[in-house]
Amino acid sequence: MNRQPRHIVVVGHGMVGARFVEEVARRDPDGERVRLTVVGAEPGVPYNRILLPDLLNGRLEEADLALASVASTAVEARSGVSATALDTAGRSVRLDDGSTLGYDELVLATGAQAAFPPVSGLTRDDGTPAAGVTALRDLADCRRLMELTGPGSPVVVLGGGVLGLEAARALTERGVRVSLVESSPWLMRRQLDRAAARILGARFTALGVSVHSWRVAARWIPGTGLELDDGRVLPGDALVVTAGVRPRTGLAEAAGIAVDHGVVVDDLLTTSDPRVHAIGDCARHPSGGGGLVQPGWEQAAVLADLLTGTAPEARYRGTRPVTRLKAEGIELACLGEATAEENDTTHTVTICDAHAGRYAKLVVRDERVAGAILLGFPDAAAAIIQLYDQGAPVPADRISLLLGRTAPEPGPDGAGPALVCRCNGVDRDRLEGAWLDGARTREAVAERTRATTGCGGCTRDVDALLAAWNQGSPAAV
Amino acid sequence: MTATHCPYCALQCAMRVEPTPDGGYTTRPAPFPTNRGGLCRKGWSAGELLSAPDRLTSPLLRPRKDAELRPVDWGTALDHVASRLRGLRGSHGADAVAVFGGGGLTNEKSYLLGKFARTALGTSQIDYNGRFCMSSAAAAGMRAFGLDRGLPFPVTDLAGAETILLAGANVAETMPPLMGHLSGARLVVVDPRRSATAEHALANGGLHLAPRPGTDLALALGLLHAAREQGLLDDDYIAERTTGFAETWAHAAAWWPEQAERATGVPAADIRAAARLLGAASGAYILSGRGTEQHAKGTDTVSAWINLALALGLPGRRGSGYGCLTGQGNGQGGREHGQKADQLPGYRRIDDPAAREHVAGVWGVEAADLPGPGRSAFELLDALGGADGPRALLLFGSNPVVSAPDAGRVRNRLSGLELLVVADFVLSETAAMADVVFPVTQWAEESGTMTNLEGRVLRRRRAVPPPPGVRSDLEVLHGLAVRLGRPAEAFPTDPDAVLAELRAASAGGAADYSGVTPERLEAGEALHWPCPEDGSTAPRLFLDSFAHPDGRARFVAVAHRDPAETTDTDYPLVATTGRLLAHYQSGAQTRRVGELAAAEPESYVEVHPDTAARSGLAEGDWARVRSRRGSAVARVRCRPDARLDTVFLPFHFAGDQRANLVTNPALDPTSRMPEFKVCAVRLEPEAPFQEEVSR
Repeated sequence: MNRQPRHIVVVGHGMVGARFVEEVARRDPDGERVRLTVVGAEPGVPYNRILLPDLLNGRLEEADLALASVASTAVEARSGVSATALDTAGRSVRLDDGSTLGYDELVLATGAQAAFPPVSGLTRDDGTPAAGVTALRDLADCRRLMELTGPGSPVVVLGGGVLGLEAARALTERGVRVSLVESSPWLMRRQLDRAAARILGARFTALGVSVHSWRVAARWIPGTGLELDDGRVLPGDALVVTAGVRPRTGLAEAAGIAVDHGVVVDDLLTTSDPRVHAIGDCARHPSGGGGLVQPGWEQAAVLADLLTGTAPEARYRGTRPVTRLKAEGIELACLGEATAEENDTTHTVTICDAHAGRYAKLVVRDERVAGAILLGFPDAAAAIIQLYDQGAPVPADRISLLLGRTAPEPGPDGAGPALVCRCNGVDRDRLEGAWLDGARTREAVAERTRATTGCGGCTRDVDALLAAWNQGSPAAV
Repeated sequence: MTATHCPYCALQCAMRVEPTPDGGYTTRPAPFPTNRGGLCRKGWSAGELLSAPDRLTSPLLRPRKDAELRPVDWGTALDHVASRLRGLRGSHGADAVAVFGGGGLTNEKSYLLGKFARTALGTSQIDYNGRFCMSSAAAAGMRAFGLDRGLPFPVTDLAGAETILLAGANVAETMPPLMGHLSGARLVVVDPRRSATAEHALANGGLHLAPRPGTDLALALGLLHAAREQGLLDDDYIAERTTGFAETWAHAAAWWPEQAERATGVPAADIRAAARLLGAASGAYILSGRGTEQHAKGTDTVSAWINLALALGLPGRRGSGYGCLTGQGNGQGGREHGQKADQLPGYRRIDDPAAREHVAGVWGVEAADLPGPGRSAFELLDALGGADGPRALLLFGSNPVVSAPDAGRVRNRLSGLELLVVADFVLSETAAMADVVFPVTQWAEESGTMTNLEGRVLRRRRAVPPPPGVRSDLEVLHGLAVRLGRPAEAFPTDPDAVLAELRAASAGGAADYSGVTPERLEAGEALHWPCPEDGSTAPRLFLDSFAHPDGRARFVAVAHRDPAETTDTDYPLVATTGRLLAHYQSGAQTRRVGELAAAEPESYVEVHPDTAARSGLAEGDWARVRSRRGSAVARVRCRPDARLDTVFLPFHFAGDQRANLVTNPALDPTSRMPEFKVCAVRLEPEAPFQEEVSR
């Protein structure tokens, strides 16, 4: 057992890379099995990118976004360093500080970068964002956006997907006047059906966001705003581009590793090179699942099982896609095949109340949740996500599932008379019996039945019953 | 008419025992801060225990393993046990004999039991059933505050609270009179079940958060995240009175409410609302119970609740705080005086050289002769009869055949012993397996002290004479110790004499009882430990500083993880276990009280009607609840407000109805607490079940 620990190099120290380090440290706390070197291109400690909107709205501060760090001599973290070339034959990776790291296993966790649509004026000649333009991918973007905006200033968000909507909502909380442009026919086109998107759009409008769906941006005019294809100009001191991402695959591609909209991996999270693995947004597993953090975190756990040898049978078989919008005042969850239509094998339940801004759609196949859209149904969202994640059968009463509370019906054979004093198991009938036997006061009833002599919580109910009986009228309790 | 305290839970309600015209006894409530003059039906009916028809009044002895138990006189029984113990020790060493105690034993018995094990038997193999109750909360309290006392404030302080979060505590059923202290507050009840306490919360403007069993830790992290995001943290308190917040937050940062929702099933909106109720209250408490503690990650889960309390600035201030609701009657005192594997009296550590010197001095032995730490409760039970395990077990105040996890396995281990000795007042399921049974006194027949959930030491007074033939546990220990060659005066049979020794042994320890005198107790003084000889007492701890050397409380960074056992297609449901109002612990006492047995005569499985229907079951049917370890039968009770993925079983019943036949003995790495509250099961229809089947 005196084996040298294997050296794993992790390229990318974002949410997934950091989670992988944490998962490895949990399985191998003393570094007996593996030694880790993790390199991150960004300066500083790894942080939680999901919470960037909370910086915009002021709920959190930068330091609050730091991810849990692993204090171990078996882990070396190097920040502000990028990998520039990968030599799979020599099993080494070259870094932009001129050094080279040899590895036994390499983990790519390079994530994705913002994709800028081909709109005139978005970028400079060197490909960097033009004046006033920013993505919202990392801390630097967020800082830049906060510098560009303040209360009352106009901002345009380009892209009405999850990130765009979360950014728009956070910016309105910051006091910013937000216009949002989506080139598809409706918001969150990948997750929502048209009816839900219409209600969601109205909710955002009510929160002060000017929503422009099915509108193509034509040109960014610095200092003025975003010109649309119909000639209108939306005023903007800044333009936030949230129009999709591209997996960062350059390193793998240049090394001859198979790439197809992401570094291709199998259930072992291994690429076409057996010593190179990929997890998170840079990876492409047959199950899909890009753009969400949950798949990357689950992949990190599986890969940690495999590379530490603690669970060699572990496999990654995909993550059920759940999108949960994080926006103050809007409760939206979308999961699975939410846009599926009713047919012989697929059943749907839909509740649509545009006036109240609520919409619920449940898609059921083989008695399992196949998909759902839940806008303004917080209880149902929580319950249905769990059924979906567990692959558990849905209850017979699907409407109640959507309403979030089961209809409180008494048992078919009657649950018996109502318990008044739980502490002493005294029901209404026994109290009435005591009264009929002549107990007219609370003390007398307590002497016979012990009601009110536990926690005292039923005193008011007992008094009310007695008052009613003593007055000769039926009691309402 | 004698004033004493209830035989059951840690509330230790005051009561008077009165004779009845037919020669029996009855009980009435008496004024006392914890029960405010009230009693639940267990307390009201406790008098019936004193005339239990199957009361043991003679020692029983089984001459051979295949023979029946038969009555013998005390001398014969004690001689037999002592001689067997001497023989086993001689041929296999001191650790061949083990001792198992209970959280219902008085302080004096707990203390003397530990002393008996360490000095008369010389064994390291002693632990107790409190390991199944309090150990996770105790471990988490120690690491956060440097001291573990269930409630570090009087229970009456709770009445002033605006919000109280109950994490895994069903107070309305398990300690009903305590509800009287909670009625003024809005309750946030964390429980996978819509319990009576949860219903009370909802009816009074509070919240019920129903996490999937095994996910409380993620919920607590989500609440901390939600509190921070809403600006509710007490930054000054965090800076001045605590250490370690940053690391703790780094874990909570990964549990934004929507993420916590996915793991727990608790709506993100409710997580935020609960954080607001707690964080914006002028007085708030977080109280934990077994529901959140009895897990293989129970210590970390309690740490997560304490972290939340610290971040909100609650502990160590008047009118707010964190506490754990101790369960057993002497669950608090029982964990302080040496019946734990790693402990000496006064809440001292057995591996601390100074503690060993002090206690050895009081006991008149060499510190070097005291054994070191032994196995924890389940590990001890699991080792019985094994190659390196104990060959004999002396058991006091516990019924592990019903109450231990994976009870089928524990029963097997017990049956592999060469000698099982049980002291009890009725033939409990475990006593029925014994080679020797000592009939002992019960609550109202004996004197001593108990320490209730608020760390207050109480007088248990003898109200009635024990039946002829019955002796106290102290007398049993004395009888054995003398036969094992210890001096008679080292094992007093008078409780006050034992208390005097306990006071000296605990002096200077964390749980210092040296100022607890019979006179002060008789005078009705409220003695909350530490109660040193100078006469001071400590109703509220931590007001000036916490018990760590730097005076600060410690945040402990904890991460969520899955339960030890997860569901799959064979075992698709989660089972959780708990208590009912009508019964107490293994039910050995309450199943013998007519009124209580009639109220809850048999085990049941609480289940959503759809989940029942999918297993071919309906209301009132008998079901078999099967896990990877065993199965229990229970009557189906449908609840439309139950979680679809969760079933509940009470653990008070015997034979085939033992809920612990299915529970998972996976242990918490720190506290060694078993995972009672979550295991994977399936439901099957059970052919019409007849009582005689339950052997």
